[in-house]
Amino acid sequence: MQNLKAGEKVLFSGTIYTARDQAHKRLAEAIKKHQKLPIDLKGAIIYYCGPTKTPKGKIIGSCGPTTSSRMDEFTPALLKAGVRGMIGKGRRAKEVIAAIKKYKAVYFLTYAGCGALLARSVKKAKIAAYKDLDPEAILKLEVNNFPLIVGIDAKGRNIYD
Amino acid sequence: MRVIRAEKISQVISDLCLEANLVLRRDVLSALNKAYAQETNRQAKDILAAIVKNARLAKKEKLAICQDTGLPCVFLEIGQEAMVVGDLKKAINKGVEAGYKKGSLRNSIVRDPLARGKSGYQPALIHTDIVPGNKLKITVMPKGFGCENKTQLKMFKPTAKIEEIKKFIVDAVKTAGPDACPPYVVGVGIGGSADYAVFLAKKALLKKFKVQSSKFKVLENDLLKQVNQLNIGPMGLGGKTTALAVNIETYPTHIAGLPVAVNISCHALRSATAVI
Repeated sequence: MQNLKAGEKVLFSGTIYTARDQAHKRLAEAIKKHQKLPIDLKGAIIYYCGPTKTPKGKIIGSCGPTTSSRMDEFTPALLKAGVRGMIGKGRRAKEVIAAIKKYKAVYFLTYAGCGALLARSVKKAKIAAYKDLDPEAILKLEVNNFPLIVGIDAKGRNIYD
Repeated sequence: MRVIRAEKISQVISDLCLEANLVLRRDVLSALNKAYAQETNRQAKDILAAIVKNARLAKKEKLAICQDTGLPCVFLEIGQEAMVVGDLKKAINKGVEAGYKKGSLRNSIVRDPLARGKSGYQPALIHTDIVPGNKLKITVMPKGFGCENKTQLKMFKPTAKIEEIKKFIVDAVKTAGPDACPPYVVGVGIGGSADYAVFLAKKALLKKFKVQSSKFKVLENDLLKQVNQLNIGPMGLGGKTTALAVNIETYPTHIAGLPVAVNISCHALRSATAVI
């Protein structure tokens, strides 16, 4: 992942975890208090996403990215704890870009507002943590050929620059 | 007086919630197709193609166009000769809940904005207007919040120049940048009071794009041209298509002021209307 360059298009297959506002808040608090985390963040890829309910007979509902900048205040702590990839939409704060560089992580963009299209790349979905958060619960997703564009690479190069 | 039963309203609202969230507005879809045809930036073209494909898939597979199925905004135009029998507010929220559940849409509404807590499907945000006649016109607009967060309001001096107002509107889009799912639809509200200008900006998003009779067509087109020169483009990765349309709504205002509001919509501008 460290060799990826900002602007490059990638199809990702593997495991990703969804987490958005409230899950970030909880994870960051747990890290601060040195509590045991409900998911292993080492090497994890976090997808800023809160899907719709899952329609009957489907693996997942519509599941596009949410605005990344709302996670900015929690992101450096999560990167320090081991997160190595993030998927979302839009710009990141300069503190986040610095942390991405420091921990050699990558920030990806994916097709924003295309939740029905992205649902096709999800092969498995199950709740991994914070079930009570409902649409904001952490889901473990197995994805196949999930379309990504490198937004900020491990060297800190930014697609929006 | 013409009697309209509350249960009927629930049913219609439930259907509108589904239609709005699963089937992209025809004018929005055709603007996206037109943008695709005109775009020369390869990346922008690819993204526009994905957006159009997403709309097609959503309709076909009965999936929400976007996972952010929004804050349900309900606009009612109540004919003054119509009489609703039953609890109108309850009927609206019941319809919203039923439609959202039926469509497996997202429960994005927290009851307490500070304490947050468990989220549900409603209450909807209800706007009412009294109009002549005995009909009830209902529009459901699920408003995504990534773009709602980019709303801006400025209280101009009544002597402000049109250039200052235009700059404020274009700057609002510039500030939204790549974050709120461009290409945008830019709703502009001018006049009224502070709160009413923001309402007008939202209402402007309901206007169909091809209403040539709009008396602000020249201003709207000029603003659209300026916005599309920002090179924000689809997903903020550059291109000619930063906005699909700029829609303006106005209302009389006070001699001491000139409120201007901008309410941006993402490309998934959703609404559906029925008349009972």
